[in-house]
Amino acid sequence: MRYLPLTPDDRAEMLGVIGAGSIDELFVDVPAAARRDGFVDLPMFAGEMEVERELAALAARNVSAGSAPFFCGAGAYRHHVPASVDHLIQRSEFLTSYTPYQPEIAQGTLQVLFEFQTQVAALTGMEVANASLYDGSTACAESVMMAQRVTRRERAVLSGGLHPHYVATTETLARAEGMDVVHLAAAIDGEDAVIAAIDAHTACVVVQTPNVFGTVTDVSRIAAAAQAAGALLIVVTTEAVSFGLLRSPGEMGADIVVAEGQSIGNALNFGGPYVGLFACREKFLRQAPGRLCGETVDAEGRRGFVLTLSTREQHIRRDKATSNICTNSGLCALAFSIHMSLLGEVGLRRLAALNHQRAREVKAALTGIKGVEILTPRFFNELTVRLAKPAAEVVEALARKGVLGGVPYSRLAPNAGLDDILLIAATETVTAEDIAALKTALTEVMA
Amino acid sequence: MRFTQDHEWVALDGDIATVGITSYAAEQLGDVVFVEIPEVGKTLSQGDGMAVVESVKAASDVYAPVSGEVVEANAALGDAPETVNAEPQGNGWFAKIRISDPSQVEALMDQAAYDAFLASL
Repeated sequence: MRYLPLTPDDRAEMLGVIGAGSIDELFVDVPAAARRDGFVDLPMFAGEMEVERELAALAARNVSAGSAPFFCGAGAYRHHVPASVDHLIQRSEFLTSYTPYQPEIAQGTLQVLFEFQTQVAALTGMEVANASLYDGSTACAESVMMAQRVTRRERAVLSGGLHPHYVATTETLARAEGMDVVHLAAAIDGEDAVIAAIDAHTACVVVQTPNVFGTVTDVSRIAAAAQAAGALLIVVTTEAVSFGLLRSPGEMGADIVVAEGQSIGNALNFGGPYVGLFACREKFLRQAPGRLCGETVDAEGRRGFVLTLSTREQHIRRDKATSNICTNSGLCALAFSIHMSLLGEVGLRRLAALNHQRAREVKAALTGIKGVEILTPRFFNELTVRLAKPAAEVVEALARKGVLGGVPYSRLAPNAGLDDILLIAATETVTAEDIAALKTALTEVMA
Repeated sequence: MRFTQDHEWVALDGDIATVGITSYAAEQLGDVVFVEIPEVGKTLSQGDGMAVVESVKAASDVYAPVSGEVVEANAALGDAPETVNAEPQGNGWFAKIRISDPSQVEALMDQAAYDAFLASL
């Protein structure tokens, strides 16, 4: 049985139409060093038992986040996801349904998106939110390009506390749109530098809080300075649980808020899929990217939900759309919503307080260790230490002692000259025994 | 009043041209929900993108029927986009342009020519 419907003649005809001599010619932009000659070295077949045994042996070589004291954060956080969340998202109505373009048969999906948007708006303190973007980093990039459209200015200032991956993603997309992206020098606490960098050409300033070094900032002064200059303040958060304890970005004067929603309802997932949160002032709504779900009434006056303001999106507006995204991170947004619903406001506040408490316990445990200097002045659940040895080496040494001690900043930004900086996160999953193990191991490694 | 093949109309008063979309266009579009009007002060060449009109089913570009500078834009459409359907060739105007070339207006179709054009569609 043929698995591929195209015949060699079909292919030859198509190649002729586009003027290519062969299919290989279509891949010339892939660097030769990245191309592979021939098949991957795998057996042509193997029994199920053998495959299971071999893959299990490979997997056993990993030390997973749940199997050792774990203090890695830097943009993705290990939180407890209740079994009820996993159980509910695996209902086939949720798991297998696709894009809700036809509201008549997608009211369940659309209602979830509406609830999700409502939760995101409430958490961020903003007027409107969309149905999610791919992740926090692309949401950050989208917000900068939106600021360009709204202000008709070309300059974006990225603060020194913005996660380097968010910087890179934003630079890639914004520079392709012709923007002048200014990335300020890495700084534990760079509020004044951001204010000083605002000028009459600035479309937006992008400030992360808690920032990549864990520092919590009241961005009200930056908001005032930005708005006085006609620029937008974009606030970025990579740890969504922090909304349960800190003043919301909306209350502090943000124009756009973007965040990584992974911390609520979603596991680490090897880096993805994650869920980008996006919220903004209502007056900017027509320039917002992404899918929007709205509440309305049908012809008989019954409440219903639909996708709305679709003319912003590329399947209608093409090159004049506000973004090329025409999807959302539906399942992850669903998990976020379910977990948020189970927590409620009270539960989220307690969860956030617990996270902060663990981080304070970590700080207490690390204070006084020779060769370890705590730098973060105000933190939520992540803090930065300067070590007397390169952080990457220290992390390796800690791992050999069975402790996953954090993320070296050099891993995020290899050329920043901050090789002695280690980012340490502590969520509600961290125990007193974990903290004791970190203290012991770090003391030994730094001795 | 003069007309373009893209269904825009022009009403000239001195050197100020009021422009909008015709009844035919408004009917084709369906209920208008939003109009992106041009910025006052913007300089347009004939054929440039001038505005965007959004209905429930489509978003259409509206082109400048004449060259000139936008001296006024119909901000009332912000709260009442349905005016475009109710009075497309009256209160549903989009912008007023100080024209730079009167001959452009004379070259456009008059009512009779436009009616004939519509009949041919």
